[in-house]
Amino acid sequence: MILDSKIPSGPLETKWEKHIADGKLVNPANKRKYEVIIVGSGLAGASAAATLGELGYSVKCFTFHDSPRRAHSIAAQGGINAAKNYQNDGDSVYRLFYDTIKGGDFRSREANVYRLAQVSVNIIDQCVAQGVPFAREYGGLLANRSFGGAQVSRTFYARGQTGQQLLLGAYSTLSRQIGLGTVKMFPNSEMLELVLVDGHAKGIVTRNLNTGAIERHSAHAVVLATGGYGNVFNLSTYARNSNCTAAWRAYRKGATFANPCYTQIHPTCIPVSGDYQSKLTLMSESLRNDGRIWAPKKEGDRRPPNEIPEEERDYYLERKYPSFGNLAPRDISSRAAKEACDEGRGVGETGLGVYLDFKDAIERLGESVIKERYGNLFDIYKEITNENAYEVPMRIYPAVHYTMGGLWVDYNLMSNIPGLFVTGEANFSDHGANRLGASALMQGLADGYFVLPYTIPHYLAEIPRDPAPPTSHEAFSETEEEVTTRTQRLLTNGGKQTVKSFHKRLGNLMWDYCGMARNKAGLETAIQEIPKLKEEFWDDVNVPGEGSELNQSLELAGRVGDFLELGELMCRDALAREESCGGHFREEHQYEDGEALRDDENFSHVAAWEFKGDGNAPERHIENLEYEAVKMVTRSYK
Amino acid sequence: MNVTIRVWRQKNDQSEGRFEDHEAKDLNPNMSFLEMLDVVNEDLTNAGKDPIAFAHDCREGICGTCSCMINGKPHGPESGVATCQTYMRSFQDGDVIVVEPFRAKAFPIIKDLVCDRSAFDSIMHSGGFISIRTGSAPDANAIPIGKEVADMAMDAAACIGCGACVAACKNSSAMLFVSAKAGQLNLLPQGKPEKDARVLNMVATMDEAGFGNCTNQYECSAACPKEISEEFISKLNRDYLAASVKSVFKAVPSTMG
Ligand SMILES: Cc1cc2nc3c(=O)[nH]c(=O)nc-3n(C[C@H](O)[C@H](O)[C@H](O)COP(=O)(O)OP(=O)(O)OC[C@H]3O[C@@H](n4cnc5c(N)ncnc54)[C@H](O)[C@@H]3O)c2cc1C
Ligand code: FES
Repeated sequence: MILDSKIPSGPLETKWEKHIADGKLVNPANKRKYEVIIVGSGLAGASAAATLGELGYSVKCFTFHDSPRRAHSIAAQGGINAAKNYQNDGDSVYRLFYDTIKGGDFRSREANVYRLAQVSVNIIDQCVAQGVPFAREYGGLLANRSFGGAQVSRTFYARGQTGQQLLLGAYSTLSRQIGLGTVKMFPNSEMLELVLVDGHAKGIVTRNLNTGAIERHSAHAVVLATGGYGNVFNLSTYARNSNCTAAWRAYRKGATFANPCYTQIHPTCIPVSGDYQSKLTLMSESLRNDGRIWAPKKEGDRRPPNEIPEEERDYYLERKYPSFGNLAPRDISSRAAKEACDEGRGVGETGLGVYLDFKDAIERLGESVIKERYGNLFDIYKEITNENAYEVPMRIYPAVHYTMGGLWVDYNLMSNIPGLFVTGEANFSDHGANRLGASALMQGLADGYFVLPYTIPHYLAEIPRDPAPPTSHEAFSETEEEVTTRTQRLLTNGGKQTVKSFHKRLGNLMWDYCGMARNKAGLETAIQEIPKLKEEFWDDVNVPGEGSELNQSLELAGRVGDFLELGELMCRDALAREESCGGHFREEHQYEDGEALRDDENFSHVAAWEFKGDGNAPERHIENLEYEAVKMVTRSYK
Repeated sequence: MNVTIRVWRQKNDQSEGRFEDHEAKDLNPNMSFLEMLDVVNEDLTNAGKDPIAFAHDCREGICGTCSCMINGKPHGPESGVATCQTYMRSFQDGDVIVVEPFRAKAFPIIKDLVCDRSAFDSIMHSGGFISIRTGSAPDANAIPIGKEVADMAMDAAACIGCGACVAACKNSSAMLFVSAKAGQLNLLPQGKPEKDARVLNMVATMDEAGFGNCTNQYECSAACPKEISEEFISKLNRDYLAASVKSVFKAVPSTMG
C-alpha cells in the first residue's frame, strides 16, 4: 500500500495557501445537497460541524454524550498555543512550528505542522469573537503563560478551564447552526460501524444509548472526530467514557492506524491511591511555571517534605535540564520522575510520587498571586487528597494522558479510505512522538474551523454529484447485521466475569509492558497475553441487562472488546519501532545518560498498520518523513 | 467504612420507580462517591442483578454529566462540588445514604439515576451564542476588555450545565442556567448587539420547555457546584425587562443568526 501524504509542492510557507487556491469549489447552490456525517462533538467535531453547517452543507453530528458540551475536550485545563507574539518575546509562526516539530522528536509531518502554526493565530481571534473569556491583563489585552517545551509565552488560557471555555465556544456556534437547521444533532448515539459503498465511506451504523435502537445514516463523506484511545490503559486522565471504537471499527474496515504506540504519559498527575480507583486526575502543566519538582536525595527518605532540608532535595529537572528546568517537555519529565522512583527516592504511601513545590513561588509572589493563577487546581488537589498544597508540596506522578497515534491521514486529513476524514486527537498527524502542552486544543480547532472546511469540499467536488446512497443499500444492511450480531453475542454470552475486571487486567498489562518504558521481552509477553485475555473475554464476560434500554455494561463491553484488539496492535507497533523517540522509550535504545536514542536512518517514518482479518498479523506500512525546512537534530533541553 | 445506599430504581420514563437498599462494604473514606457506586455495581453484576445506571464521565467536576440527589441535596452534602467530587469521607460509617436522580418536569427520567437534560440544549439553540462567521473575526486584541469584566464573564461561563440549579429549586426553574450563559455573553462587547434578542429568546424557550418560575429563593446558587452567583439572575431580570419594553416598540429582531 502506498501512503500518499499529498503534501502540496512549493515552499513550506505557501503550501497551504496554494493548496486552497488549487482546490475545486462546490457551487453554493449545490452545497445543501451534500451530506456530511461528523462523529464527535469535542473541539474537533463541534468546530467542523458548525463551520460546515454555516457554509451550507447538510451536516449530521453524532455524539455518545447526552449533549455536545460534555465531550472530553471540556476537561482540558491549561491552555491553547498560538503564534500571536502578543508578549513581544520573539515568537513567530516559524518558532511555534519548530518547537512543535522538535517537541514531537522529529516524527511528525512538517507540512501539517507548519499549517497548524499558521492557522493558530486565527483560532484565538475566532474564539474571542465567540465570547470565550480568556484571561486578560489589567490593560484589557489578552494574557499569556508558558508551557513545556517552549521558551516563549504563547499559551492563552481561561483560568484552569481552557478546554471548557473553548468547547463551550464551539458548542455555542454549533448550537446556532442547530437552531438554524443546517446541522442535525444526534446525541446519545454511538457509532458502532462504518459503512463503505464501493470503497468509499458513505455512512455509519449507530446505537441509541437510551433506547437501544440500531440506526443507519448515510452521507457523502464521514468525519471521525472521536478523540484519543488512552483508556486502553484503564486508568488515565481521560473521561471514563472516552474510547477507541469509532477509529477501531474504521481500522477493521481498511483505514490504516498510524503510530499506535505513541502515547503521552503526563508528568504531573495525582498519584494512584487505591485499587478502587476509577480515574487519574491531571494537575495542569501550567503549574510548572511556578512549582519546582523535586525528590529527596536519599533513598527511602520518609520524612515529611517540610522537614527535608534544602540541601537534601534533588530538583532533578533543574539539575539535568538547566535551560528548560521545570518546563522540560512531558516525555522527559515523566521519565525523570519514574527514574527517581525506580531509584527508591519516590514519596508518598506507595513510593510512586515526587513533589511539586510552591514554597519559593509563594515566598516570591505571595499566596494571593498563586491562588489567582492556580486556585482551582489547588482546590481540586485538596478535594482529592485532603491536603493543602499551599502548605505542603503536591505529590505527583505520571499518568496516561494523550495518544499521538491515530488513524493515518493525508494533508487533507483524509484517511486511506476515500471520503473518511479524521480530525483532532483521533488522527495521528501533528504531534509526532510527543505532543507539547497546549497544542491539542490548537490542533482540534485548527482542523475543525480552518482545515476541514477547505479540504472536504475538494473531495466533494470530485465525486459524482449523486444523492448519498439510500440506507436500504445492501452495504447498510450487511453492516447493521454485523452490529446486531456482536451486540447479541455480548448480551447472551452468559459468562462470569465483569467487563470492568477485564478492562483492569488489560490496563495493567499495557502499563507494565507498553507504558513509560518498553523492552522487547515485555512487549513479546504482552503480544502473547493480550490475545489470551481477549479470548477469555469473549468466553466469559458477563454483560447484564437488555439491548433495548440504557445499558452501561453493554456500552463498556463493546469498548473494552475493541481496546483488547488495539492494545495488541500498540504492542506490535512498539516492538517494531527499534528506537526511542518522544513518548516511546525502548530501554534497549538509550544514551549512556539515559536520554532517548533515536534512529533516524531506519525509523524516520510513520508506521501505519493495515488490518488483515482476525487471526492474521496486521501489515506495517511506512510513510517516510522528509524534512525540507528543518534539520533533524538530537533533541536537547539541557 | 460501611454504608447502606437507598437508591432510586426505575426502568424507564413510563414505569414506576421505587427505592432499593444496597450495602456498600469495606469502603475507603478517600474513595469518591461514584467509586462507591462502582463497587456496588460490581457486586450487583456478580450477583446476577442489574447494576444501577448513573450518569458520569470526566469524574473531575467539569463535564456536568453526573447528577445525583444525595440525601436530598443535588451533588451531596458539600458545597461547590459535583457528585463526582464528593468523597466518602463526607459520610459516617453506618450511614444510610438516599440517592435519587435530579427531578424536574423538564428532566424526564431515562433510567434509575439518569435523567434527560436536553431541554438545556434547546435553550442554547435559541440564543446561547454570538453570531459570528468562522474566519471573519477581527484580531483578538482589537477590542480590549477590562480585566474585571472579563473575570465576571468567566465567573458566569464556569457553568457546567449539570442541572443542579433546577433540581434544587422547588419550582424547577432554570433561571440560574439561563442567566449564567446570557450573563456571560451580554457582559462582553462582542455579545452586546444581540443582547435583547438573546434574552427574550432564551427565556421564551425556557418557559416552553416546562421549567418553572423563579421566586428568588436562590436554592439554585447554593446547590451550584461552580457556585454561580444569583446576581446573574437579577441581571437577567433587568435585561429581560429592558428588552421586553423595547420589543413592544418592535426594536428587537425576533430571530438571531
Ligand atoms: C485532563 C486533560 C487536560 C488536558 N489539557 C489540555 C490543555 O491544557 N491543552 C491542550 O492543548 N490539550 C489538553 N488536553 C488534551 C485535549 O483536551 C484533547 O486532546 C482534545 O480535547 C481532544 O479533542 P477531540 O475533539 O479530538 O476529542 P474529544 O474531546 O475527546 O471528543 C470526542 C467526541 O467524539 C465522540 N465520540 C467518540 N467516539 C464516538 C462514537 N463511537 N460514536 C459517537 N460519538 C463518539 C464523543 O462523544 C465526543 O463528542 C488535555 C487532556 C486531558 C485528559
Ligand atoms: S462526572 Fe463530570 S462533572 Fe461529574
